[in-house]
Amino acid sequence: MKQQDTIPKAALQFLRLFLRHDLVDEVTGDLEEMYSFTRLTRSKYIARLVIWLEVFNYIRPFAIRKQTVTPINTWPMYKSYFKTAFRSMVRNKLHAFINITGLSVGMAVTIVIALWIVDELSYEKHFDKYPRIGRVLQNVTNNGEVQTWWTLPWPLAEELRKNYGSDFSNVVLTTGLQPHLLTTEDNKLNKTGLFAEQDFTKIFSLEMVYGSSHTLKDPSSILLSESTAKAYFGDKNPLGEIITIDRDKKLVVKVAGVYKDMPSTSEFSNLEFIASWDLLFNATDWIRSMSDPWRPNAFVVYTLLAEHASFEGASEKIRDAKLKKVNEALAKKKPALFIHPMQDWHLHSKFKNGVKEGGRIEYVWLFGVIGGFVLLMACINFMNLSTARSEKRAKEVGIRKAIGSLRSQLIYQFFSESILTAFFSLLLAIGVVYMMLPYFNTIADKNVSLQWTNTTWWLTAILFCLGIGIIAGSYPALYLSSIQSSKAIKGAYRAGRYAAIPRKILVTIQFAVSIVLIIGTVVVYLQVQHAKNRPIGYDTNGLVAIPMADELHTHFDAVKNELEANGTILAMAEAMSPTTQQWSSTSQLDWNGKDPDLSVDFGVISGSHDYGKTIGWEIVMGRDFSREYISDSTAIILNEAAVEYMGLKNPIGETIRSSNAPYTVVGVVKDIITSSPYNPVTPTLYYLSTWQENFLVARLSPTISPAEALTNIEAVYSKYNNEVPFTYEFTDESYARKFGDEERVGTLSTIFSTLAVFISCLGILGLSSFMAEQRMKEIGVRKVMGASVLDLWKLMSRDFVLLVTIASIVATPIAYITVSSWLENYRYHLAMPWWAFIAAALGTLLITLLTVSWHTINAASINPVKSLRAE
Amino acid sequence: MIETRLGDFEEVLMLIIGILGEEDTYAFRIAQEFKTQTNRAVSIGAVHSTLDRLENKGFLKSQTREGTSERGARVKRIYSLTALGKRVLKEAMEFKLGLWKQYPAFSAKFNMS
Repeated sequence: MKQQDTIPKAALQFLRLFLRHDLVDEVTGDLEEMYSFTRLTRSKYIARLVIWLEVFNYIRPFAIRKQTVTPINTWPMYKSYFKTAFRSMVRNKLHAFINITGLSVGMAVTIVIALWIVDELSYEKHFDKYPRIGRVLQNVTNNGEVQTWWTLPWPLAEELRKNYGSDFSNVVLTTGLQPHLLTTEDNKLNKTGLFAEQDFTKIFSLEMVYGSSHTLKDPSSILLSESTAKAYFGDKNPLGEIITIDRDKKLVVKVAGVYKDMPSTSEFSNLEFIASWDLLFNATDWIRSMSDPWRPNAFVVYTLLAEHASFEGASEKIRDAKLKKVNEALAKKKPALFIHPMQDWHLHSKFKNGVKEGGRIEYVWLFGVIGGFVLLMACINFMNLSTARSEKRAKEVGIRKAIGSLRSQLIYQFFSESILTAFFSLLLAIGVVYMMLPYFNTIADKNVSLQWTNTTWWLTAILFCLGIGIIAGSYPALYLSSIQSSKAIKGAYRAGRYAAIPRKILVTIQFAVSIVLIIGTVVVYLQVQHAKNRPIGYDTNGLVAIPMADELHTHFDAVKNELEANGTILAMAEAMSPTTQQWSSTSQLDWNGKDPDLSVDFGVISGSHDYGKTIGWEIVMGRDFSREYISDSTAIILNEAAVEYMGLKNPIGETIRSSNAPYTVVGVVKDIITSSPYNPVTPTLYYLSTWQENFLVARLSPTISPAEALTNIEAVYSKYNNEVPFTYEFTDESYARKFGDEERVGTLSTIFSTLAVFISCLGILGLSSFMAEQRMKEIGVRKVMGASVLDLWKLMSRDFVLLVTIASIVATPIAYITVSSWLENYRYHLAMPWWAFIAAALGTLLITLLTVSWHTINAASINPVKSLRAE
Repeated sequence: MIETRLGDFEEVLMLIIGILGEEDTYAFRIAQEFKTQTNRAVSIGAVHSTLDRLENKGFLKSQTREGTSERGARVKRIYSLTALGKRVLKEAMEFKLGLWKQYPAFSAKFNMS
């Protein structure tokens, strides 16, 4: 742009900001002369610069404008503002109630969600070396898709240390977290813990109460959590006490340290003991004498990155570390190792086709967005109602101005009023959160609490209140304070036709958000129901899984007969795993017509005779295992998924080779859901076992109460074994746990959406009452002219119906995109429920009409004499 | 209390007002003249501020006058010395002369009576 050859306008404007009014004219004149004088000799840029300097040189005490009136009685004025604010609240109880309730409910929801999110984000952060810790995982190709496996063969840790050590400070091998029986002289309890190599404590920092964390190099030492130590030894120092782990291996260890319990925000929250890997290795035959130790994936490897290394770089280097070691058949799976950084353990641990794809982070986003929306809606209400109501206060403004109130005083008055309301709501919200938090913790399965001493929380809350107060108060403060007092007092002040438009837009946004939330909640609920209604292939009712003890295997028939005789159970069998889980899988499979290059991974479940009868599976072809056929020790039953995957036309009688041993298919059962109810069922093989299994499964007789049945079982159980404590789990309960996350999300989002809808209803209620009041005279005139209540009701509701319609049109595509991408996460999901969209729109319309009617019908049925009398 | 003694800058400004005569004594013109006489640049604001102070002390009086087209027809404030101002100016000179006369090394050379 071309620089103009005139005195800089901005400089003059700036000058007028502070200069005494009586000086403006002469000073501007002087500056004009100064400019043309300078231009005689210098360029226009210099001249303009000179003027700027001159203007700055006028910032002197004599030239600066003084305030013409100085209010001396500031404090009583503020007292008066608060008094007026309070009085106007009392006069408009409904408005005050809606304003404060809406805002405080919104704030309470936001605070709760914020607490939840902060808790979710704080996982594992208590470990000193948090940013450098990782867990090694592997991507393997099975049945034509890439799966991510969490466990690894045990020699891998040593291999990583030896050949890939440059990227790692430490690599440790551990077992998975599992319950073990820990026995002292006086006590016998199942405690969850792991066996780890000695460097475990160098990666995961422990806060020690007694002893040292570096004692794991002695294989006969054990570290206990504080609460475990307390359970066994009370308050005395437990160092040096003797504990026996597991009754079959009889691992004798000495307490060498006690660490503070892990916080609930950790993968290791239930880590109750840590024992030495060497101890387990030397005492466990199946680990020590594996024919191919690179084959079974049953162990966990944690790494600590070296200072200079990155997770990506290290992952790239170790990628083929396992592939190079495994046999030819396993190499078909193309195992690719990578490191899962600790930052991602909690929130980003869902993998699809070997690529990280979300996880709990989706819930964090979901609730974050819901919280944001609820807050937005509460703010919209607050703003709408404040502005709507303030129009009624135009007269007050007029009077105040007429008796000498300054504009700045009016601005202060409105701001102090709205900020005060915001702070009042905050106090209320904190109170509500304080009372509701225990219930929230139960529903959300969390342990969050209000951060009374956290300054960041307080600062955010206070800043937020100031912000919302200022935004909501800005319309009355800045606009109303500018109107002429004479007009306002005469009542000539009317908000223009367009004054209501921002309010209408805000209400439409509110409706749209409500509709999206309603649709989302309905879909979450339907999806959970859909998965719950999925046929699971067996009967969970009255089915119990009991961890096995040696004696019960040897006396199996006696136990069974006794329990059947006294009517406790209908059937009983031994099983490898509880029916809700599948613990083992095999890839050493071959059948006629199998593509030799195909890498497969079939689930394996074994059970004793009567297993099928006990769990109540459904045979669709062939027969169940039977005691009548001795050949059944090499028989096999397939599930439907396996038959379909193998492409067998007549599965009965087919021979399948597992680890080169031939098995004959005798039956096919309906698919049994063992993993997530949202995923397709894995092809699975069922064997008949004669060896000792891990669990007893029993179907309780429906004729006696479960409590009585359990007492009977425990009596028999402890008759044959008094070393292992009796524990049990109902299968329907453990199956229900598969829905835990989704159900929690469903419940929470239902609660939050209900509150959101409630808040927007409050808003509409307030607005409609305001509108009814404003149009009181119009209604009166119309009634006199013969309008019926119904006509008036239609007239008043029309606006809102229009807004809801627009909102539905806006909300539908947004809801569709969100809902369908959420459903995509589940392989087993319901078809898009279009009726939910229509129902949500109609429901919102209905609620709106009901809310609006509350006031319109009131207004419409008032005797017109009342509303018109004043004229 | 109003300070009756004059500062150096104040004294020079009052002298310049006296030199320029009635017509041209407004802040911008005075600042220009100050520069030509002393070779020291001064901002209009600084001059204006001092003029304002001198007026408050009663040494100067001012009146506004129609502006020329050169300055966008804006008024100018013309300053002139009051009787008190002239007396103070004279007193200042005499005070300094008295001092000069007591200075033996110079009193012989200067004849300033």
